[in-house]
Amino acid sequence: MNFALSPEQELLQRGARDFLAHQWPAAAAHTVFHPDHDGYPRKLYENMAQLGWLGLLAPVEFGGVGGTCLDAALLAEELGRAAVPGPYLANTLSILVLRQIGAASVRRQWLPLLAKGAAVLTLAWFEENAFAWPFRPQTRGSIGRFGLRLNGTKRFVLDAHVADGLLVVCTIPVRQTRLTAIALVPKDRRGVTIHPMNDVDRTRRPCEVVLEDVIVPRRSVIAIGSQAEKLLARLQNAAAVFLAADCLGGAERLLEMAVEYAKVRYQFGRPIGSFQAVKHRCAEMVAQIEPARSLLWYAAHAVDALPRHATYAASLAKGHLSEVFSQVAENALRVLGGIGFTWEHDLHIWFKRAQWNRFAFGSPEWHRERVAQECRW
Amino acid sequence: MDLTYPPQYEDFRREVRAWLRRNLPARGHGLGGLEYDDPRRVERAKQWQRKLYGAGYVAMTWPKEYGGQGADVLTQAIVHEELVRAQAPPLIGQMGIQMVGPTLIQFGSEEQKRRFLPKILTAEEIWCQGYSEPNAGSDLASLQTRAELVGDEFIVNGQKIWTSNAQFADWMFCLVRTDPQAPKHRGISYLLIEMKSPGIRVRPLVQMTGERGFNEVCFENVRVPCENLVGELNQGWQVAQATLLHERNMLGAATTTQELFARLVRLAKLCTRQGRPAVEDPVVRQRLGALAMRVEAMRFHAYRQLTTTVLGRPRGIEASVNKLVSTELNHDITGCALDLLASYATQTSESKFAVDRGKWIREFMFTLGMIIGGGTSEIQKNIIAERGLGLPREPRVAPG
Repeated sequence: MNFALSPEQELLQRGARDFLAHQWPAAAAHTVFHPDHDGYPRKLYENMAQLGWLGLLAPVEFGGVGGTCLDAALLAEELGRAAVPGPYLANTLSILVLRQIGAASVRRQWLPLLAKGAAVLTLAWFEENAFAWPFRPQTRGSIGRFGLRLNGTKRFVLDAHVADGLLVVCTIPVRQTRLTAIALVPKDRRGVTIHPMNDVDRTRRPCEVVLEDVIVPRRSVIAIGSQAEKLLARLQNAAAVFLAADCLGGAERLLEMAVEYAKVRYQFGRPIGSFQAVKHRCAEMVAQIEPARSLLWYAAHAVDALPRHATYAASLAKGHLSEVFSQVAENALRVLGGIGFTWEHDLHIWFKRAQWNRFAFGSPEWHRERVAQECRW
Repeated sequence: MDLTYPPQYEDFRREVRAWLRRNLPARGHGLGGLEYDDPRRVERAKQWQRKLYGAGYVAMTWPKEYGGQGADVLTQAIVHEELVRAQAPPLIGQMGIQMVGPTLIQFGSEEQKRRFLPKILTAEEIWCQGYSEPNAGSDLASLQTRAELVGDEFIVNGQKIWTSNAQFADWMFCLVRTDPQAPKHRGISYLLIEMKSPGIRVRPLVQMTGERGFNEVCFENVRVPCENLVGELNQGWQVAQATLLHERNMLGAATTTQELFARLVRLAKLCTRQGRPAVEDPVVRQRLGALAMRVEAMRFHAYRQLTTTVLGRPRGIEASVNKLVSTELNHDITGCALDLLASYATQTSESKFAVDRGKWIREFMFTLGMIIGGGTSEIQKNIIAERGLGLPREPRVAPG
């Protein structure tokens, strides 16, 4: 029984917090709200790559760190605390795909690039139905002498506008049936069109990707059938945990913001934090955040080491933490009052991130139902 | 990160389980205190504690010389967990074991330790807590029960209230005012008072559940020998604060919540909605799912705190967070049960129409009592905000 972080994990987390406090302060996060910003701060990402963060989950032989999902979740918490934009999540999920599939040439080609931050890969997974499962992709592949031909429309493809390649989830005809498959498609292929999906959360850049008679070689199919489906199921759990971690970091940041303000803002001749109406809101945030942190650690640990519990744990964590983050965001805004409602204040950055996090990779409602199913209720 | 116990602890857990299977007096005890109206029940409860102590499962972390075993926190935590799992009745000597015992170990004189500690464990002496007063609830430090030192005795006058188990307790650990001139936190002392002393009158109060759990205790010129003072004179507040930090039965509390939730899920399978088991209703599934998330968060939060304790790291405001979150969660679980039972929810235990012997409505009320007792949720929020977050205290309003 040792339910605590290792000294290395504590060091990783503290280091990330200090680094981001300097390299990505709130003032930097505001810049992504400029209409011309593409949401990919490359200088920050170069530094993140040097620290080994981008290759945290990549195997050591491909230039990565060979870390665990718990390590990645701790980092994701800090990225959430700092509201870091850009393709970190897209790349991390792509690394999880590539480190599990067989094709050695694909791994050799892409993993070192991803770990170095020299390339961006993203999953073209969801379609019109957003993050809903069970998911049967409507994007269809057909195989002929020409190779693989893809047709379909993908949505909520993270950072596709700055990506070099797409991991397209589709179906491919095999004998009488169609099997789920994942195909690696370079973004510059003819027939690939990318439309940004404008989101209030400017720290995230979902895109629509239209595939019209896109032709790639047959070897671009990197996983098919049950292998692809199992891989996507694991990926879904990992993504839920990373999002939950992001929620935790964001909620902590908002709590700090609210408390700091409640100490210095005077009304009726006293700091507003001395009023119970205000201090109880802050205490409630603490009472939500601390147990939720323990739940997150468990979920990340389960994804790493307890495969039979991973789905249950990931849904508990994502469902609960995204709810906590939204509630903390509301409460923080109520503590800050008018100033928190302005564009120039930092709060809206996290408030909007909370809304995005809430629905990405399954809404709280969806995860609650999945918990019910996992418990066989 | 490792959620397994080392083999010797797993062996120990099996041992505890096997012992409980053989020795548990009555299964199926739900939430809440036992009704001790009947002296025979008190006697049976004492026997149960004696038996448990005889097996070596009570206050295992206490030093050997005072009847404990000097065991580690993990061992004790396993026992707590198994007791709750087995739905064992609560210990009648709980107040002694969890509150006054650890206080005496930390602040008591050698004579006090030798005199009191062994009998706490064997249930020969049952303790009650004399803290709250009619005019000192959340503002406990404003308590007014007076103790005047006359010669080598304290003369105690005043009144305590909400005193659980006072009707059969042998001793009370009590906060009294020994210096009315000093600022309120600095004029309080921690006294041990024998309940048989002349001048003590105990009047039972009936709780909203219909049970006689707590009492009003009046003191009229009660003489208490000065060697029954714990710690220094006028240092009682500090002594009492330290006692609050001894509350370490976190795993037991989390397990209680898990057991309660498991019962709720069983109920949801039993009750019907539109002719189908309620558990298949999407609205019910949403509520159960949301509760499961909070219950599991507290389970792993308990493991985290257990690790913190084992590693000897300081604990901050966690006791307040636990108290606030667990009691509110238990109440929400029972509230969900009432919604499942709908109109049958309010049937009493005597009614033949009652489900689960009318337990849920009783527990719904009982859990609300737990939100209030031991520092209300509002007081816990003050503690979290002021000590945990450093938010300023409420300014004092001058009287008049």
